[in-house]
Amino acid sequence: MDELQKTILDHLEQEARVSNAELAVMLGTSEQNVSQAIAGLERDGVILKYTAVIDEEKLDNHDRVQALIEVRITPQRDRGFDGIAERIARYEEVQTVYLSSGSYDLMVVMQGRSMRDIAQFVSSRLSTIDGVLSTATHFVLKKYKDQGVCYGQTSEDTRLKVTP
Amino acid sequence: MKPADRVARHVAALPPSGIRVFFDIVSDMKDAVSLSVGEPDFPTPWNISESAIYAIERGHTHYTSNAGILPLREKICEYYKVRYNVSYQPEEAIVTVGASEGIDLALRALIDPGDEVIVPAPSYVSYAPGVVLAGGVPVSAVVSTENACKLTPDALKKLITPRTKAMILPYPNNPTGAILTEEELKALAEVLLESNVIVISDEIYSELTYGKRHVSIASIPGMRERTIVLNGFSKAFSMTGWRLGYILAPQALITPMLRIHQYVIMCASTMSQYAGLEALRSGLEENFATVEKMVAEYNKRRRVIVDGLRKIGLPCFEPEGAFYAFPNIGATGLSSEEFCTRLLREQKIAIVPGTAFGQSGEGYARISYAASMDNIRFALKGIEAFVQSL
Ligand SMILES: Cc1ncc(COP(=O)(O)O)c(C=O)c1O
Repeated sequence: MDELQKTILDHLEQEARVSNAELAVMLGTSEQNVSQAIAGLERDGVILKYTAVIDEEKLDNHDRVQALIEVRITPQRDRGFDGIAERIARYEEVQTVYLSSGSYDLMVVMQGRSMRDIAQFVSSRLSTIDGVLSTATHFVLKKYKDQGVCYGQTSEDTRLKVTP
Repeated sequence: MKPADRVARHVAALPPSGIRVFFDIVSDMKDAVSLSVGEPDFPTPWNISESAIYAIERGHTHYTSNAGILPLREKICEYYKVRYNVSYQPEEAIVTVGASEGIDLALRALIDPGDEVIVPAPSYVSYAPGVVLAGGVPVSAVVSTENACKLTPDALKKLITPRTKAMILPYPNNPTGAILTEEELKALAEVLLESNVIVISDEIYSELTYGKRHVSIASIPGMRERTIVLNGFSKAFSMTGWRLGYILAPQALITPMLRIHQYVIMCASTMSQYAGLEALRSGLEENFATVEKMVAEYNKRRRVIVDGLRKIGLPCFEPEGAFYAFPNIGATGLSSEEFCTRLLREQKIAIVPGTAFGQSGEGYARISYAASMDNIRFALKGIEAFVQSL
């Protein structure tokens, strides 16, 4: 990856909704260089998708519950942790699956309509997978910061409007 | 007795700052988008703020030595060595209440009644009044946008008289965004080394340059002994409200400044000094990654502003430092004052008339890009609509 691609990634992580033309101005390069660089990043699977960070508390009838689930598993003989992890990842309700160091193996983040929904999923789908030893479910009660964004703090500009 | 009549004449005669006048107009307009702020829009990095909280918790709530806590002065010296290759001893440093106090101390320590001080124009609002308050006479060295607002050796030479005590060297510059390169500084130094002029180098924007690194005039051979370096934490670390700056100068010049400081200030805010210590400590440790990140962000905005202004048809020389663009609005046929007031009324966008920085700013406006990219985009659209409506 070249220097321009790195700078572009830095910017897109902060602000993905920017036109190639404007990005070119910001980075002091041509629009063509920017579109080529981005096309390369997309083709190589470096950029997977462009999304929005949403504060769900602000939604009128927000009825989604999120849970972090620690999963301990027995590694399989030739596939290690991958087989089970990939299986869990296939469920649509599952947002994130990480293999992690520490007292458990997989960190699974999932979303459901209710705690019951999630409990149901954990007991009937997750814990019944062959090789899953145990699970511990933590429901998310409140978010303070997600993907680099602090929640609930409106970024009010407290500076004086005109200063020397 | 009318108390107003008892005010010292030279103080009563000081004109109100042009910034202040404009501030009053903008304040009346609650929903105006402001690109007229002379301070960073980033929050102070949290490790720095937290270190002040810890300082308070540990009971660092008393006076410090006049010059400031030794560890901070040591770090300041290390910082100037690492970043700008100038060596100072902690005894050659004073921690001040912002570079603002540094400007005042330097001028008061140097000026005898009637002494002349060369001040590039347009430039920061407090130099000329500072000279006047110290009993001196400010002599404007008008710089031209044709020369990217750089002070030239010829212009400097012409202004030096037997009465010239000092000159202010304000680069990177507020309001123009101009910088001086090492070659340009060397050329000025050649003139200065043949004179008795002391240089007051205001380097408050030294970290905020785009492309070329800042060079301190104190690093030019022969200049350290006749230079007072002013700097601070406000711009580089986004710490304007902490009121923390410093002076670096040879002993012979530090001693008189410290004497004034000792009587009128005593010491800079103690918790702010601990915050400053953390700013430099962490900065030196991580090779100023946090600062560089802010600089990268300013740089993007800078390019968007300059590109946008030029597309609108307002000529703008390439600013290479600070966070200001200084477009020429002369072609619109409006004065700076009219341009900015009407832009505010008609498009609700606040930028500062160039004249707030001296009469030589006529025909120009200062646009600060210490503002969010969204506000910059909004402002550029508004300026375009305004210019087209003329
Ligand atoms: C050129 C210049 N010098 C000095 C200052 C004052 O800085 P401080 O906050 O350190 O007093 C400013 C602030 O706007 C400035 O622009």
